[in-house]
Amino acid sequence: MMAKTIKALVISGYGTNCEMEMAHASRMAGAHTDIVHISDVISGKCNIQDYNFLNLAGGFLDGDDLGSAQVAAIRLRHLKIGGDGPSLIDEITRFIEQGNIILGVCNGFQTLVKSGLLPGIPRGKRIVSLTFNDSGRFEDRWVRLSVNKESPCIFTRGLESLYLPVRHGEGKFVTDSAEILEHIREQNLATLFYSDDKGKPTMEYPMNPNGSTDAIAGLCDTTGRIFGLMPHPEAFTHATNHPSWTRLDLPERGQGMAIFDNAVSFLRNG
Amino acid sequence: MPLRVEIGLKPRLFDSRGERIRGKILAAFDGDIAITSIKYLDVYNIGRDDLDDSVLKEAFCDPVIQDIAIGKPLTTDFDWYVEIGYRPGVTDNVGKTASYALELISGKRTSVASAKAFLIKGNVDRKSVLRIAEDLLANKLIENVRIFHVSEISGGIEPTLPIVKDLKPPVVEEISLEIPDEELVELSRKRVLALNLEEMKTIQAYTKDPKVIEQRKRFGLGKDITDVELEAIAQTWSEHCKHKIFNAHITYIEDGKKEEIHSLFRTYIQGATTKIREIKGDNDICVSVFRDNAGVIRFNESNNLVFKVETHNSPSALDPYGGALTGIVGVNRDPFGTGLGSRLIFNTDIFCFADPFYTKPLPPRILHPRRIFEGVREGVEHGGNKSGIPTVNGCIVFDDRYLGKPLVFCGTAGIMPTEIGGRPSHLKEIRPGDLAVMCGGRIGKDGIHGATFSSEELHEESPTSAVQIGDPITQKKMTDFLLVARDRELYRAITDNGAGGLSSSVGELALLSGGCRIDLDKPPLKYQGLSPWEILLSEAQERMTLAVPRENIEDFIKLSQQMGVESTVIGEFTSSGYFHCTYEGKTVALLDLDFFHNGLPDMHLEARWEQKTISNVETPDPQDHGEKLCQMLSRLNICSKEYVIRQYDHEVQGGSVIKPLTGLKCDGPSDAAVIRPILDSMEGVVVSNGIVPRYSDIDTYNMAACALDEALRNYICVGGDPSHWACLDNFCWCDPIESEKNPDGAFKLAQLVRANKALYDYTTAFECPCISGKDSMKNDYISDNIKISIPPTLLFSVIGKIQDVRKAVTMDLKQAGDVVYMLGVTMNEMGGSEYLASLGLRGSSVPKVDAASALRRYKNLHRAMDAGIITAAHDISDGGLAVAAAEMAFSGGLGMDIDLSLVPSQCDMKDTEILYSETQSRILITVREKDLGKAEEMLGEDASRIGLVTSEPRFVVRGLDGSVIIDKDIDILEKAWKATLDF
Repeated sequence: MMAKTIKALVISGYGTNCEMEMAHASRMAGAHTDIVHISDVISGKCNIQDYNFLNLAGGFLDGDDLGSAQVAAIRLRHLKIGGDGPSLIDEITRFIEQGNIILGVCNGFQTLVKSGLLPGIPRGKRIVSLTFNDSGRFEDRWVRLSVNKESPCIFTRGLESLYLPVRHGEGKFVTDSAEILEHIREQNLATLFYSDDKGKPTMEYPMNPNGSTDAIAGLCDTTGRIFGLMPHPEAFTHATNHPSWTRLDLPERGQGMAIFDNAVSFLRNG
Repeated sequence: MPLRVEIGLKPRLFDSRGERIRGKILAAFDGDIAITSIKYLDVYNIGRDDLDDSVLKEAFCDPVIQDIAIGKPLTTDFDWYVEIGYRPGVTDNVGKTASYALELISGKRTSVASAKAFLIKGNVDRKSVLRIAEDLLANKLIENVRIFHVSEISGGIEPTLPIVKDLKPPVVEEISLEIPDEELVELSRKRVLALNLEEMKTIQAYTKDPKVIEQRKRFGLGKDITDVELEAIAQTWSEHCKHKIFNAHITYIEDGKKEEIHSLFRTYIQGATTKIREIKGDNDICVSVFRDNAGVIRFNESNNLVFKVETHNSPSALDPYGGALTGIVGVNRDPFGTGLGSRLIFNTDIFCFADPFYTKPLPPRILHPRRIFEGVREGVEHGGNKSGIPTVNGCIVFDDRYLGKPLVFCGTAGIMPTEIGGRPSHLKEIRPGDLAVMCGGRIGKDGIHGATFSSEELHEESPTSAVQIGDPITQKKMTDFLLVARDRELYRAITDNGAGGLSSSVGELALLSGGCRIDLDKPPLKYQGLSPWEILLSEAQERMTLAVPRENIEDFIKLSQQMGVESTVIGEFTSSGYFHCTYEGKTVALLDLDFFHNGLPDMHLEARWEQKTISNVETPDPQDHGEKLCQMLSRLNICSKEYVIRQYDHEVQGGSVIKPLTGLKCDGPSDAAVIRPILDSMEGVVVSNGIVPRYSDIDTYNMAACALDEALRNYICVGGDPSHWACLDNFCWCDPIESEKNPDGAFKLAQLVRANKALYDYTTAFECPCISGKDSMKNDYISDNIKISIPPTLLFSVIGKIQDVRKAVTMDLKQAGDVVYMLGVTMNEMGGSEYLASLGLRGSSVPKVDAASALRRYKNLHRAMDAGIITAAHDISDGGLAVAAAEMAFSGGLGMDIDLSLVPSQCDMKDTEILYSETQSRILITVREKDLGKAEEMLGEDASRIGLVTSEPRFVVRGLDGSVIIDKDIDILEKAWKATLDF
């Protein structure tokens, strides 16, 4: 039997800037990957239903001028494909209902949250957010992450911990209410936690770089097929990406690849 | 009626932006101000009031975290309300995005002006609030401030829309040059032309030429020159664009001997590169040097590297945020506009500031150095991060003479395939008939006279229109589009609109076809009311100019529209021999292209070098060497810059190999950066810098040699290949033209000549060609009786290659038991050192560079790194051996035990001098015990074993007499190093 073709789409344009490394990681994991400018999705020239792995890469969509991914979410809701077709958010909903998967990193995670795709209770309603870091600053630093093994997230299957960089000014995870936070806990939708060197989730800066509630760094929906995270797995595809690689004996394949390998493996084997 | 909307974080959330501002205010008042809290609001002033509340809520308010108030104040729980909005005509990126969002939701177009508001709670008086607003929060050049006490806003706050008032209709002025000399000079001054009398007279003579008069007549022009023509010439002939000083004929006098130099640039900079290319023959890596917006070198068989470093000093002095932001997004367009255009792969930033803790009174119109520091840092943060280009390397130099003008060097590199569509990508071509197309942003009054303004010293009347704010997202959209257009071969040539605007970009491209004709009523404007000369000169950002063949124009414009980018045909390239502009069908400029570009008369200058007698000083010994080391580590020029570095995205694009921070806890100071621009290849690009203005006070010849050596040894320390390197020179000088107000100009020019002589001598000796560069010659501040001139400053930026990034080396100690070697001999060169500076002394024994031995050492070290036997390498620079060794220790979390009697040094040196001398070309390395034999064989007599890496975390130094003179916990050293700059 031929292996199932995995087709990944990385959307670029309007301030997205991690599309190249996102596509590289996706290709390394074995997916046939296209980088497509969002205008081609809006015009209908590119149909996202032709793919099974949608990547929303990091960047500064519209400069994050009205708050991170605020305008991106508006675009998803209001722009109609081809001018009079379904909205982008409807298309994405159809995409996920067909069993496909979505990964949003940093600005992509912010887009998923602001458009209500995450946590998606109900889908399309914004009930959590990502806001200004407690430090009041943009920061680039590497963080230790522990993985919630009870999470339905298909991207983190079999993982215990990760070491990845964060690069953001608005990554502090907050919920609309205590009930929602409780719901996220119960359903194990919180997938990744900023952790100390013993692997314990922490609220302590800078290990928790932004002051996120419950130290939440990544979140999935109840299907486990939509996953967003603030840290950048695509920034650690090779050993030499690690900030201390010259002191360590690391495998060539970077730890961030685990997320993409899991994505492809899920689409191939379920 | 305009409508005002306020957005604030919900009270249950921590307002980190407000709190950070409060911290800044407390620091500025030394804690002596009673502010209990600051709430940060985003304000939108909307041009129409018929939008539903639901539209406004969806556009501006995140309901999870924010509250919204429409047409009324959000809260009255404060004492003072400070609102800061932009002045008319200043780029408002947030307002533009807000307008786009409202249209997406409602389908209705409207203008939006953004503002921010600070709700201050606390027992403070109006005077203090005014000081906070004007000295800390707003820049009155570009922003308006409104202050209200809570008791004053019961009726709400009036919305304001800063609209550029259409004061006068566009006009073309005719200017008679048939006036006496003093009036010519006055005309130049009044119009900020920055042209001297000889240059004005050259233009006068041109307008009197009968052939010129005849030709102009045919196009309906009178005998008087138009303002469009005069302004265009002034831009093209500006110091900024033509580098008049570097191209001047200079008589250099030293010890009574005269030497005639026909252009510093051609003699020394270009001359050295030509010679190096000859020497290197088949191994020459230069592809395109000095002729395009950036230099181009080979990377591998199929890709070239493009690199440029610019300065943006004058704008950063007036508006640090906007100036630096424009600096970085502006230099991005240089490699982007080189050849057919390159994909941008990294930024570098080097800043020179006065002490951020400066406490003396400030001269008029000078911003506090800390404000400059923070504004510049933030401008580069927004410019670099939002463009998706990693900021991988940089440096900050402190000296109080940068009070008058800070230096802001911004560099960007790109990569491009060697061929595109079968054509060499580094060449531009234009055929007559190709269309001139402007792409990207729109034109406003921003940045008018930037080129001529930067060709003058800063004074109290410096024009504020020279200040502008960049928009990285508009530029990102444009570069995304143009890279697609490039690969589809839709255009034939590209260049950027920087200094001089269209007059420079079109004017330069016109040389390729032999002429141009542009319609100045075609370029899209941000607002009406610009005269043709302003349209031609505006330095509004985010614009490229292209030559598009007629058969491709439809596809080009269509693709541009699809990708959300504005492109406009503004004219055509011709072979007429003229730079020809029309406006509403009438000719408004007709300049002979040869005169326009080559008519500038050569300047003749005199340079007089006098070896100033600077007495050497005895090096005072410290009471306690350990304490002194802590003090040295905390000095501004040595201390950790982590505060700045962390706020820059240094790893976007996924190819980061050596980051600016490294080591056990990712906080050690890397010597240089390494990135992989092609993710499925292990080939790396290495970039480093060298800058040592302190040595200029003794001799600029040695300053220049040391700056180059510093850049090269940084490059070598991370594993860069010494046979594959190239450099860029950026000269920032104080005015070297002697005049009444500048009596020591001839000496400053001599300093410049000497720096150039060193550039020639050392780039050729190191076989490191300059591929591009830039100069900024008027870095002085003059007001009343105060004149502040920067120290002569030269930055070398080095770019090159490492064949396999897995061989790269970092500076942190790796494991106990490794042996520490010193490469090079330490001389008694304390002159200009950080050590003497820490005691308020200077000395005269400035470090000198021995290039032959240095190059041999660098090549041997590179071979040893390639063999994988070097575990760490760190360059010795500011603060000498003591500082470099301590940094290696605490960055690796390990101890070090070194013995000064084993350090090869000039005889008669004492402990203090061996520890702190800044002799060049020295590198500290560590080697595993098992590799010692191999290392000593490869490094030869250059390597001296001076100590050991220890597991006990103590930094131990034994003096010449064998006694322990330093024994410090590495954590204490690290704390001292980290404490200084942590805002």
